[in-house]
Amino acid sequence: MSRSGFLQYEKFNQLFSQLQSAGYGCVGPSVIDGAVQFGKISSVAQLPQGIELTVKPGSVRVAKGDHQRYFAWPNGAQGIKPWLYRSRELLWRAEQTEQGFVFNRPEVNAEPIAFIGARACDLAALQLQDLHFMYGDYPDPFYSAHRNALFIVGVNCSHTGNTCFCASTGDGPEIQSGFDLLLDELDDGFIVRFGSEKGLKIFEQLELTPVSAEGHVDAKAQIAEVIAAQERALLHENMHANIFSNLDDREWDSVAEKCLACGNCTMVCPTCFCHREVEVQALDGKSSQHIREWDSCFNQDHSYIHGITIRDETRLRYRQWMSHKLGSWRDQYDRTGCTGCGRCISWCPAAIDFVAEANLIAGDS
Amino acid sequence: MKPRVAVHKFASCSGCQLAFINMGEDLITLTELVDIVHFPEAGPLGPEDAVDIAFIEGSVTTPEDVDRLKGIREHCGYLVTMGACATSGGIQALKNNADSDAWLKSVYAKPEYVESLSTSAAISRHVAVDFELWGCPVNVRQISWVVRQLLTGVEPVDANEKVCAECKRKNTVCVLVSKGEPCMGPVTRTGCGALCPSFGTACYACYGPAEGINTEALGQRFIGLGLQPAAIAQKFHMINNAADEFDSAGKSWAAKQEVSNEHSS
Repeated sequence: MSRSGFLQYEKFNQLFSQLQSAGYGCVGPSVIDGAVQFGKISSVAQLPQGIELTVKPGSVRVAKGDHQRYFAWPNGAQGIKPWLYRSRELLWRAEQTEQGFVFNRPEVNAEPIAFIGARACDLAALQLQDLHFMYGDYPDPFYSAHRNALFIVGVNCSHTGNTCFCASTGDGPEIQSGFDLLLDELDDGFIVRFGSEKGLKIFEQLELTPVSAEGHVDAKAQIAEVIAAQERALLHENMHANIFSNLDDREWDSVAEKCLACGNCTMVCPTCFCHREVEVQALDGKSSQHIREWDSCFNQDHSYIHGITIRDETRLRYRQWMSHKLGSWRDQYDRTGCTGCGRCISWCPAAIDFVAEANLIAGDS
Repeated sequence: MKPRVAVHKFASCSGCQLAFINMGEDLITLTELVDIVHFPEAGPLGPEDAVDIAFIEGSVTTPEDVDRLKGIREHCGYLVTMGACATSGGIQALKNNADSDAWLKSVYAKPEYVESLSTSAAISRHVAVDFELWGCPVNVRQISWVVRQLLTGVEPVDANEKVCAECKRKNTVCVLVSKGEPCMGPVTRTGCGALCPSFGTACYACYGPAEGINTEALGQRFIGLGLQPAAIAQKFHMINNAADEFDSAGKSWAAKQEVSNEHSS
């Protein structure tokens, strides 16, 4: 474990000012429209201090809590994904000139961003997205640019949500790696650690005091409490094999009866990467923008291939999403595509419980 | 010769035609690309002229409409309906399940002067339609998009996913999940840019049914949020009440209310 220090609440804004001095724009959580959303913020005043976030299948409610903590809530409406794999990205522009078509790739203006408040599930998902976008045969220049400009302030979870199940996927609630700075929040401040050279530079600028022995014990204890409090667990040991031997399970029909095929689950999933590319032409037809946008396996056109839609019913689309996420993802990336964040359950308008469905269809017990 | 375009109006509020007029600079570009030979709201009149593309706003509600529509179909190459009225029959299709004669007599002093069909019908109920633009009203982006694709010589892309996808792309908080609002987004076709939820308001399905929708499951969810079946029926029997999926969903939820009333009486 690296060197640690204690940052009292009164000095917490130093984190923001030091990151800003180092050239980072801060992105952090705030309460916006009844949810915890990540956005550009400039000081600790905008953080969701003293709130309670009650999360259930298909329901998220923010209320005032009886504490002064900043991160006493499970996770935000989205992970890091929207900041790196943008929901819409201009890939290239084509113009019709007298010399023929001219194609231009836009400059990627990757503003250095410090993402404050990444959780263990988010960082595990980030590793998967890195694998997909940066370490394949065709690295994505847009994602890579945003990713390389990213500074990560991780926070170990001190509270679990009803939909969280990261302990069962092995991705949380304690952050093991992938951060620049790491925070454990206690009642009067934060235990701060660094995980990289650039993290160390900020760490050294903070007015830290030694962490009390009690502080270390409390931090460990609250992580253990989160693990004990998680109500859901994915029985994922043999899910990879089971899911493909249960492709005709009747539960696929039952889940399709409830499923709205709206794609919200895939859009909030921190690892889902499916996209479509669309052409946005100027009315005069002389120029066109080629845009990549988030797509979902719940959409008809996602499986439209030369004249037919292969997955023409919801049962097949739900099966595609789950069997890819928990099954074939292992063949692609050596692990499942689920990091236990629970967003697909919380933000499902039909309140479908992904974990319960997966366990029913492909669990080992 | 430039392609010729006509914009026709049937029973409607004329709001969809504004999607042409509100184009701004692109309206000048449009007139350089095509000849607009008929567009009563903007000026040109040539209702019988042969055209390459006919845009039709409004639903069919009179015997005269039926004849006029047949004439338009005969004289146009590609026929595009624009808006809820032309595409599904519009809000006025609520008359389809009502006693229109009784209404006529109760509203007009001399109902014998009114020559009206008992139904308000989508254009496609009377003639073949090549492409449908949904929305109440349609917007500039949709019109420019379809015109451009037709001028390029390709079949226009049918944007049929649910409103939810656009909410998520815009990072708009789901009003159903965060506020328990009975949002119609999960059954409604995209195209508006997820306008209402981005102002914190539930979608009311003015773009009609998306593809692959589950009206029963959404209705059950609304029951869970505390709505009565009759209120759910009304959500489907709104602007696009005569669209097949919404028509049957509305009837199904109205029937559930009947059953519930019988049990409680």
